[in-house]
Amino acid sequence: MTSERAVTAPAVEEFAEVVARRIEGGARFCGLFASAREPGTRLLAVVDQDGSLQTDDVVVRAGVDRYRALTPRIPAAAWYEREIHDLFGLVPDGHPRPDPLVFPFPHGAARPRPGAGQRLGAADPDLTPLETHLRGEGVFTIPYGPVRSGVFESIEYLVETPGEDIPHLRTRVFYKHRGTELRFEGMGVEDGVLLAERCEGVASVAHAVAFCGAIERIAGVEVPVRAGLVRVLHAELERVANHLDSTIRHTEAAGQAVAYARLSLHKERVQRLRAELCGSRFGRGVVVPGGVAGPPALGAQDLLPAINQLEGAIRSDMRLLLATPSFVDRLRTTGVLRPDIAQSYAAVGPVGRASGQMEDVRFARPYAAYGRLGHQLLEVRDGGDALARQRVRLDEMWGAFHLIRQSVDVLDELGEPERGAWSVPVEMASGEALGWAEAPQGELLYLVELEEGRLVRVKPRSASFHNLALLPMAFPNDILTDFAFIEASFGLSIAGAAS
Amino acid sequence: MPWIPRGLREGIVTTRYPRRPDGYGPSFQGSIVARAGHGAGGGLTEVVETCPTGAISLRDGQAQVDRGLCVLCARCTHMFPEVFAFDPSFETSVIDRRQLVVPDIDEDDTGLEMARAELGRRVKALRRSIHIRHVDGGSDGSEEWEVAALTNPIYDVQRLGIFFTASPRHADVLLVTGVGSAGMQVPLRHTFEVMPDPKVVIAAGVDAISGGLLGRGYAAGGGVGDVVPVDVFVPGSPPTPFGLLHGILLAIGLLPPTSGAKVQRGPAEEKGATHGSAFPEDPPREAGP
Repeated sequence: MTSERAVTAPAVEEFAEVVARRIEGGARFCGLFASAREPGTRLLAVVDQDGSLQTDDVVVRAGVDRYRALTPRIPAAAWYEREIHDLFGLVPDGHPRPDPLVFPFPHGAARPRPGAGQRLGAADPDLTPLETHLRGEGVFTIPYGPVRSGVFESIEYLVETPGEDIPHLRTRVFYKHRGTELRFEGMGVEDGVLLAERCEGVASVAHAVAFCGAIERIAGVEVPVRAGLVRVLHAELERVANHLDSTIRHTEAAGQAVAYARLSLHKERVQRLRAELCGSRFGRGVVVPGGVAGPPALGAQDLLPAINQLEGAIRSDMRLLLATPSFVDRLRTTGVLRPDIAQSYAAVGPVGRASGQMEDVRFARPYAAYGRLGHQLLEVRDGGDALARQRVRLDEMWGAFHLIRQSVDVLDELGEPERGAWSVPVEMASGEALGWAEAPQGELLYLVELEEGRLVRVKPRSASFHNLALLPMAFPNDILTDFAFIEASFGLSIAGAAS
Repeated sequence: MPWIPRGLREGIVTTRYPRRPDGYGPSFQGSIVARAGHGAGGGLTEVVETCPTGAISLRDGQAQVDRGLCVLCARCTHMFPEVFAFDPSFETSVIDRRQLVVPDIDEDDTGLEMARAELGRRVKALRRSIHIRHVDGGSDGSEEWEVAALTNPIYDVQRLGIFFTASPRHADVLLVTGVGSAGMQVPLRHTFEVMPDPKVVIAAGVDAISGGLLGRGYAAGGGVGDVVPVDVFVPGSPPTPFGLLHGILLAIGLLPPTSGAKVQRGPAEEKGATHGSAFPEDPPREAGP
């Protein structure tokens, strides 16, 4: 990751070509990140080539502030280039739609430029309404949000519709933009984990694991086996809770009152079990740089029966739910994401896996203790509808229980730990690395740059950000009443998308 | 049809809080307490500097924790276990921001009684049935889970006449989460303005109270108090469903402001505090899980 390409105009011109060739050669686009770096802005493209991450980078000189957009050849880059445009003021030439995304800075306003270590005063978003894209008789726009009907995160959907169909949907996520990336700068790694846990609160464990993975890679340390197993335990409980949440939102939208009550009861029990293990209902404070804070508060003899009981109850209710026609009918053929679209936009997580994109970071690039544990291969599903996404989530939930039992068993077999069994010291190193995890929402990446133990640049890339760009593509034949199901079936966190 | 017996499968799982204290405390890290009378010595200064949100301060050698800033990271409890400890209590909501600084050394209650009386007058008309409008003012997403949990069978707030409403025009209580992000300031203020009087605002979580770890950035405010007038502060990162329930009951005057209900298991439960005439004792029944 240190090979920086020459800071010349031709290098910038070639950059889009270099990345596009990798994609056309079969690599999967994972993200495009920017950092303020002398003498301008550094762009770093990350692709996944047969399970390993490859990077290309280039520096766009200050004063030039333009580069050839990647989006025309790599549709998945669209949101990344808009985000970089917002935060750095860098113009992607040839981008089909360079509208503001994560924050609409007024024209000429100072940009945060993460990586430069600057403090930026309070900014006012430019709230000018977006232009409509569709024209025609009877076509109107329904703005839905940011204050929505129910307990939801804030986001605005602009539905352009002639009445029933949804030919065009746009999302505006900036309402929740909190400027987290700039906040990391100057922090020590211990404070950094706390902030990472709050980037996307429902995936706190995954964020802490990915962030610490980058720190540990820079320091060149391996976490102890036991610590890896504890990370798996908490990350998989987090997955179960998130997948239950997505299903609960389906049952709520379908008016399945008893199923809603039953599943929310199960979710509450998962959250309470997590609190019993570590004190936090969201697994916060478990993962620390170099390992974990300590052993789970419950031993195998208490934990395994609780896990088995939970799984049994959830399985029984899910079996009935998927045999309830008034529920299944709302999901079947709803919100189809075509496999070819999922591929060209490099969909990740359950959304991708329901449309034939099978990669799962846990097993493709094993981290924590995933490499030591057995797992069942998921059944290939490419229906792409809300029901397929629901089934993928169920498969993953059963897989999660399987992994939890294994990690608890292995922890038990390892017996009484020696000193340093829960974490290793992390030297205050300098360097740059990527960290990753398979969050419940999908592949999560962290780009971390460290200088003598201080964070210089942290870029979390949530699966929610990557997949939310695909939501408008999942409405080929759907009507307004399908909206709640399609949104719930994506199972994304807006906090993660808005950063 | 098969759903009907399924709904009855586990009997009643609902908590009896606030009529009775709930047993779900001891496993759980509700808040940090700084023990009074300890703490002379230089080590404490180090703790003050290490706290990631600056929630700890020293006054005359006594450590104080500002729960409006504390993100419950537990660092101080590891560094100085003889002074700082977790407390399972979730009844930590207050109606004056200054009350979040514990232990209270000044005992300067100027204004507190007045604020309490004013809030009491305002909510008098709301007591039997209240409608809550939740607005996400830039949260990390976990707060929404905890707010939504209030409608699950364990907390089941409908049993207390508490409902969530889609329209701010039906709402009595505005429950706000998040740091008060730049983008949400206008929508949040607008939601508050269209709510009918009398109305009450609850800031849920340290992000909403002070901005927490994210406060005062270019796009994150120092809590929602800069945007709407806050009546009740619910600490926690995120606040738990019980913490939120306590805050809501405090806001609408269904709890005495210094409720003595300690969360304990065992015989103490039977002697647990009751909360005035609003909740007459109900007949005993099988305890929940």
